[in-house]
Amino acid sequence: MSRREAEQPEQADNAPPMVHTGARVRRNEDPRLLRGQGRYVDDIPLEGCVHGAFLRSTIARGRIVALDTTDAERVPGVLAVYTCDNIGGLDREMPLLIPHPCITHGRTQRPLARDDVYYVGQAIAFVVAVDRYVAEDAVSRISVDIEPLPVEVDMERAVEDGAPLVHPDVPGNIAASLVQHCGDADAAFERAEHHTKIRVQVDRSTGAPMECLATAARWDPVSGELVVWDGTQAPIGLRGALSSLFDLDEDKVRVIAPDVGGGFGPKIHFPYANEVLVPLAAMQLGRPVKYIEDRSENFVHMSHERTQIHEIELAATKDGEVIGLRDVFLHDTGSFIPYGIAVAQVASTAIAGPYRIPNIEVEFRCVYTPTVPVTPYRGCGRPQANFALERAMDQLAEELGIDRFEIRRRNLIADDEFPYKREGLIFADGLPVTYDSGQYGAALALLEKELDLPAFRAEQERARAEGRWLGLGLSFYVEGTGLGPYEGGRVRIHPITGKVYVNTGLTTQGQGHATSMAQLVADQLGVAVDDVIVVEGDTGVYDWGVATFASRAMVVSGSAIHKAAVKARERVLEIAANMLEVDPADIELKDGAAGVRGTATTIPLAAIATVSNPLRYAFNDAAQIATQFAPASKGDGPPLQGDSRPGIETEQFYSPPHATWAYGVHAAIVEVDPVSYDLQVKRYVIVHDCGKMINPMIVEGQIAGGVASGMGGAFYEKLEYEANGNLRNASFMEFLMPYATEVPHMEMHHLETPTPLNPIGAKGAGEAGTIPVAAVIASGIQDALAPEGIGPLWHVPLNPSVLHDAVREARSR
Amino acid sequence: MKPSRFEYVLPRSIEEAVAARVEYADTVVLSGGQSLVPTLNFRLSNPEAVIDLRLVPGLADVRVDGDWIHVGGRTRQRDLELDDAVHAANPLIRETLHHVAHPVIRNRGTVGGSIAHADPSAELPCLLLCLDGEVVAHGPGGARTIDAQDLFEFILSTTLEPDEILTEVRFPVLPERTGWCFTEFARRHGDFALAGVAATLTLAEDGTIAWGQLAACGVTTTPVRLVAVEDALLDGAADPSRIREIAQLAADVVTVPDDESCSSAYRRDLLVGLVERALRTSLQRATERATARTSREVTS
Repeated sequence: MSRREAEQPEQADNAPPMVHTGARVRRNEDPRLLRGQGRYVDDIPLEGCVHGAFLRSTIARGRIVALDTTDAERVPGVLAVYTCDNIGGLDREMPLLIPHPCITHGRTQRPLARDDVYYVGQAIAFVVAVDRYVAEDAVSRISVDIEPLPVEVDMERAVEDGAPLVHPDVPGNIAASLVQHCGDADAAFERAEHHTKIRVQVDRSTGAPMECLATAARWDPVSGELVVWDGTQAPIGLRGALSSLFDLDEDKVRVIAPDVGGGFGPKIHFPYANEVLVPLAAMQLGRPVKYIEDRSENFVHMSHERTQIHEIELAATKDGEVIGLRDVFLHDTGSFIPYGIAVAQVASTAIAGPYRIPNIEVEFRCVYTPTVPVTPYRGCGRPQANFALERAMDQLAEELGIDRFEIRRRNLIADDEFPYKREGLIFADGLPVTYDSGQYGAALALLEKELDLPAFRAEQERARAEGRWLGLGLSFYVEGTGLGPYEGGRVRIHPITGKVYVNTGLTTQGQGHATSMAQLVADQLGVAVDDVIVVEGDTGVYDWGVATFASRAMVVSGSAIHKAAVKARERVLEIAANMLEVDPADIELKDGAAGVRGTATTIPLAAIATVSNPLRYAFNDAAQIATQFAPASKGDGPPLQGDSRPGIETEQFYSPPHATWAYGVHAAIVEVDPVSYDLQVKRYVIVHDCGKMINPMIVEGQIAGGVASGMGGAFYEKLEYEANGNLRNASFMEFLMPYATEVPHMEMHHLETPTPLNPIGAKGAGEAGTIPVAAVIASGIQDALAPEGIGPLWHVPLNPSVLHDAVREARSR
Repeated sequence: MKPSRFEYVLPRSIEEAVAARVEYADTVVLSGGQSLVPTLNFRLSNPEAVIDLRLVPGLADVRVDGDWIHVGGRTRQRDLELDDAVHAANPLIRETLHHVAHPVIRNRGTVGGSIAHADPSAELPCLLLCLDGEVVAHGPGGARTIDAQDLFEFILSTTLEPDEILTEVRFPVLPERTGWCFTEFARRHGDFALAGVAATLTLAEDGTIAWGQLAACGVTTTPVRLVAVEDALLDGAADPSRIREIAQLAADVVTVPDDESCSSAYRRDLLVGLVERALRTSLQRATERATARTSREVTS
């Protein structure tokens, strides 16, 4: 790993040394998680708990002609069978979470189907029984008769006249459409010397978290409190939805996201059927209720993403300067559009990538198909946009006879052009796209150096002479990260132990917040990282904030926590200075204590925290000095004066001016096997810049996970809908999530260009790894098979059979 | 994903196990459970009784006896894989087992279980067929022996009777001057193969090919012997230049239709490529073994 920094973020005069921030600190959460001591929803012990199971539609689009639950209700051990007819006010269309004026025909689903079903997997009935076995027995005894209606799962045909409609009142199956302009694309295309147009397609996939959806709920009729444990990325949002739907005070609804086994986006969507029906059953039955989703259900229930078809056109000079871009794409939103246009919008605004391209016209339509609804999944439209743009750049390079590295170099935004604004392209935060900082040219140069291109070219020549298929692919991406509106951070120093408790409104699904957030605080307060305890994902503990999505946790919550830690530090210094009778500037915070520089005098943080809290009772030795009759007590007024508060507890918020843009460039050297047509990735090289890295080890873990997911999208993972709307491969036997054996070893190199937009200089890293992989692999295979003269690879995921057939086809020409 | 209600039977002898097979109308036999348990959980199979073999004595014994390797039906795949005596007697067995799923699955999965399950993509049925092995089945009337070629009927279907239990699998010891190879291609390491080939190739005293035995998995409704390839190997001399041409004769056994991620044209070419690879490796190993044997004879 190599690392380069453009500049250090500005340090305040009395800022502490950065010991932990930027270091490869081992994760606080790992000893617990690795020993199997994580506590997921299914691990929550609830006395007398009963269990739910769903009846799901096996028909894509149809009308429910008959639904009879009598036999199911008679199964011994069944407590309730819910259909749309007995769930009261919940029988309504669920909220459209992110409205946008361009959504002309927004449709969302009901928790349980009423009259119609819209996709295979849609929930029709919910059974609650003494255990899951009995619940499934009862589900199989529900009699349902669905009259199938015509379907069209092919998105391009779905928008044609006369295609079957998913929603009878939505013409052309179009949920939303939007055209955006930046500069003057028409004029650019007019004066361009060369046009390149390609059509690319990225197919449907799923986030496939290790833990499927899961909800447990307990209703306390005495306190009137509803507690919901849920595997969600958005407990505060879900709390809002539940309190609205059930008409309960927000204070009486507590949503806890305990350990969550992976999110990857689909768990940002809420409320899923289980998230409202489990609480309903708990309230009605007076017993705790759990629903733990099966893997086979997860494939047909939790949101999907990815299918987009782009027709992208570049207008260039003969020298390869791209002066204009037009992109028209279809985005498959599935049967509903509960999360609005987020995926399409992010794709459309990332379409020009790292290149200057001053004139852009981008248009999309969001199309209903009778399939599982689509909401963001790691990458959120960026992998599709990147695939379109980077395959088009390769094509342009080919047509103009310019090297693929060189054509990119000629178009990259230069360091001195930041901030670089694309007026007219409105990002997912409602603000114009503005790239804040970067060293794009340096990143590409570093990649070329690490790849050792001359050596590769010589090797490729030798390989080709032996009839081997060896190639190189690359892709450069940008990623708008760290969206607002805001997050909060609260820091409290515990008076007994001196440990520091930190709260924020996020959740963690494995990203290491308990460590990276703690590192920021540890440096400010001079304590060990494992003495900083980060508690999040519980609305009963902290309920200001939004959620974990859009690679925003470190950017937004990290900044808020940092600000709160700075304030806590000021307060500690002030009290310690008072106690030690020195100037605050002479105090250093180290090893959990305040000391006077150049002396051996120290006071533990716990004692400072204790003193900060006026006490009546001397419950321990430290407390004696904080009581009213202690010598330190002043006695010339109230113990708390003015606006002061007891203890050391600070809270700050951070609201980003706009998204901050991370970027990177990946390359792979690949070989295709002549018998199996399997892919072997011989080298995978990454240059990555997410601004200031708080914990490079965690950043690299995020990148590695992202690349693994990207490999899935490039060569393995594809949800295959049959023409009748059935999902053919709804299992891990047939949906080929890559194993560790299919994920390449990655060589990672970092640049660190801080963002000026937040106090810690960090940009997001959660989705970065995923974005460019499909383009890298397609580009590499195209290069490897170039001697065979195969047609262009503009559709992912690829697979050995596709490559075989392409070679066969080329040879038969 | 929970099974429907069933009776759980835990017999202490093979007679008790067979009796349970007869007593209940619809039974399944639990050996390693690596295929059966998911089938039950998906409710694809809803038997009246599950007969667990784990306490039936003798079912996990492995011994090499003369020309045969006797493998108890409930022997864990991993135990067979790690058995050095078995490996010395027939190295194709270990090579094949390395392709069966992952070690954690082989720790539980059993040899007889996989063969009785008869997945056409599975490696062990293909191995048994290639080697002309046999199985022993116990039924109400006692034990009988079934040749591999008479065992596999269709996808997940064998000639075992509903009241029989597979108790033993027998693989021949690899003959002298014989090379071997198991090779396959799966999309992910350890998955069921898109195509796989088990092969042995035996040389005559003069070093020419005497005969070959080949079977393939993943290409049709059962594991299948590659008869056309075997016939061609009988015909001619061991001329390595003809191997590619002979391998082409395997293509016609493929009956798996096109699907979205695997065209049948691809699967045919893949099978041919694997057969070629298997033949070359087998020939090389046969030659090495013949040479090693000759040199041992000379020194002694």
